[in-house]
Amino acid sequence: MQPEPAQALLEIRNLRVDLPPGADRAHAVDDVTLTLGANEILCVVGESGSGKSVMARAVMGLLPVPRVRVGAGAIRFGGEDLTRLPEARMRELRGRDIAMIFQEPMTALNPVMTIGRQIAEVLAVHTRATERQARLRAAELLAAVKLPDPQALLDAYPHQISGGQRQRAMIAMALILGPRVLIADEPTTALDVTTQAQILALIRDLQRERRAGVLFITHDFGVVAEIADRVAVMQHGRVVETGPAKRVLAAPEHPYTKALIAAVPNLAPRPARPLEHAPVLLALRGIEKTYRARAGMFRGAGRTVHAVRGATLALRRGETLGVVGESGSGKSTLARCVARIVDADRGEVLLDGVDLRALSRRAMRPYRRRVQMVFQDPYGSLNPRQRVGDMIAEGPIVHGVAREEALRHAAELIELVGLDGRALARYPHEFSGGQRQRIGIARALALGPELLIADEPVSALDVSVQAQVLRLLADIRDRLHLSMLFITHDLRVAAQVCDTIAVMREGEVVEYGPAAELFAAPRHPYTQELFAAVPGRAWRHPTRDPQPA
Amino acid sequence: MSSTDPPAAGFWRRFQRNRPALFALWLLGAIVAVALLAPLLYPGDPFAIVAKPFLPPFGEHLFGTDQLGRDVAAGIARGAMTSLLIGIVATVCAMLIGVVVGGAAGYFGGRTDTLLMRTTEAFQTVPAFIFAIVLVAILAPSLRSTIIAIAIVSWPPMARLVRGEFLAMKNREFVQACHSIGMSDVRVILRHILPNCASSIIVTGSLMVATAILIESGLSFLGLGDANLMSWGYLIGAGRTVLRTAWWVCAFPGIAILLTVLAINLFGEGLNDALNPRLRDAA
Repeated sequence: MQPEPAQALLEIRNLRVDLPPGADRAHAVDDVTLTLGANEILCVVGESGSGKSVMARAVMGLLPVPRVRVGAGAIRFGGEDLTRLPEARMRELRGRDIAMIFQEPMTALNPVMTIGRQIAEVLAVHTRATERQARLRAAELLAAVKLPDPQALLDAYPHQISGGQRQRAMIAMALILGPRVLIADEPTTALDVTTQAQILALIRDLQRERRAGVLFITHDFGVVAEIADRVAVMQHGRVVETGPAKRVLAAPEHPYTKALIAAVPNLAPRPARPLEHAPVLLALRGIEKTYRARAGMFRGAGRTVHAVRGATLALRRGETLGVVGESGSGKSTLARCVARIVDADRGEVLLDGVDLRALSRRAMRPYRRRVQMVFQDPYGSLNPRQRVGDMIAEGPIVHGVAREEALRHAAELIELVGLDGRALARYPHEFSGGQRQRIGIARALALGPELLIADEPVSALDVSVQAQVLRLLADIRDRLHLSMLFITHDLRVAAQVCDTIAVMREGEVVEYGPAAELFAAPRHPYTQELFAAVPGRAWRHPTRDPQPA
Repeated sequence: MSSTDPPAAGFWRRFQRNRPALFALWLLGAIVAVALLAPLLYPGDPFAIVAKPFLPPFGEHLFGTDQLGRDVAAGIARGAMTSLLIGIVATVCAMLIGVVVGGAAGYFGGRTDTLLMRTTEAFQTVPAFIFAIVLVAILAPSLRSTIIAIAIVSWPPMARLVRGEFLAMKNREFVQACHSIGMSDVRVILRHILPNCASSIIVTGSLMVATAILIESGLSFLGLGDANLMSWGYLIGAGRTVLRTAWWVCAFPGIAILLTVLAINLFGEGLNDALNPRLRDAA
């Protein structure tokens, strides 16, 4: 048995949450027993669909009843069973004793209310504070979550501040009444890695200071390594393993935990491969792209954003070049300039010495075959009204291959990416995220490209699926001898697949070199900052890292 | 966005669950049947004088006769074809214009967009019905000019809708994937974007038929319809002077318009619910 914490603050006993008939399983949460002690951070880890968020919402009494509701069990807090409380009593507890932070601070905040008013509103609902008192207290809290210039922020609207600042404001709002339990549902998932590191540190500090119990929902073992005192691993609605974080991370017992941990890529670069003598396939010289918000008839000049400024990179045959950066760094725009989905304003995109940028659309067509792209969003990148087979075959058909032959080739490709031939007759909605990404890869391969551009191909996937897709990409690259331009925000992922890495910030390449060197000794301060921010960077997991073949 | 919907799968099952829409479908079927069978049910000229004037309804003549002794029921039955024909043809024309203009504006953006949308707005500044009257007056009343007038006043909303859908679609990754494969714009538009906007276009189009029928009735009421064609609006217009003494001359064509427009609207709503189930769940 796990060691029970000294004073249990929140006790979940045999909790079962029922799903409506016709859902993929009967119970979202099935017989879960967990205890959250005062002054500890309990991380609930699981992949999408594991029931972790539903459980958090059950504690808050925020389930979408009557479709989803508690079927059995109890949630004990301060001598009361939360599952049986009348709504009025639950409202009293919510915010005052149990508070919640959400994943996406932009949608969790009301866009037409100032930050100050929203924080003050929490006080107005639960106490008799006057407006002046509320404002003062809100300013104090904003200072406590280490936001600069709290007075100015009180009058700011959510869209006027950054994502990290919004999340801090959300935390301030959650903490204003000094709750004993804080539920954080993936609070850093939507944030950039450097911001994530700051928010994690903040949550940790505030929790220690206030001796609160934090129920922290996450899918990321890196975050667990960073912040957790204890861990509960969930799979298909059940808790499969609980224990102190150190023990679970170092010596997981349950096979599922082991598999999950093994799927997290270690922060160590893949062994260097001898590529110095391979010919250069793609050379980028001084790529620049500026977006201008369109000037209206009466509005004069619009806003300009320098998405890419003077990027110069080279990619050898068989090499994988990783472009790493945070959101807004211009990495995706750079990839789209190479694929000519957007046209660069200046610079040269040399594929085997031919400048693609100078080509007309017609002249570009033969080169399209040689450069193909895998997209980030497995849901948005496939046409929902087209059969998988037609989708994969369409590229070759457009380029003049006979339909029968293109379909035959599609059948080969779908097996190459590890799917059944029957998939060809189905529509995209019948597949999971990972399977869709495989279809996207098959579509890109259909034209027989030499250069594969992968734009965050795994960032929308669960960690175990992520590992599979990364392995597939590496395998295909080696078998077909492809060169790959790999865009990612995740240094762990980059470490797995990239030979060379370029770090981008605000449209500029700030550091560029072999992965091994860059990981061993990052030179640019921003690269160092990125490495420092990787959650759980010190943690090396016990199981051997599955290296892509 | 219904990005993960099965294309048309379960469409009929969802449609059937909507009782009013199912009722509307039956009603529409009946109206179409009357329109098609009218030449058999009431052979001869609907303008012909067949009995004494002002015979009350439900006697020898189902809906009575008007001030000249023409059979109202015959007029309604023969007028159904006119109303439906004009409603459908005008809507198809308006949809074509709207989809082309809106699609081009949304897909190509920039100057094309500005030019096309400002033009669209110019059309929208004139109230639709007044504009239609002016057009028919200029073109001289006839079946063709009624259709042209209705099409010209009806396409702007369709263009705006299609432009919005295209704008949302063109930045989706699957459209970018099409570009990176090297497809032509025409292929991307016809094979990839348009099928994904089809449900909204169909729903809006079905509701436009109802509006078109109303405009046509209005024009005929004012005597701007085709003088050789029987239509519901004409019947009401002709009967309005005797509304107090012979209510049935106006009432029955009015009920016919009401039922048809109601049926089309309910059917359109049903289509909307069945084609865009996500929207309905969210509501």
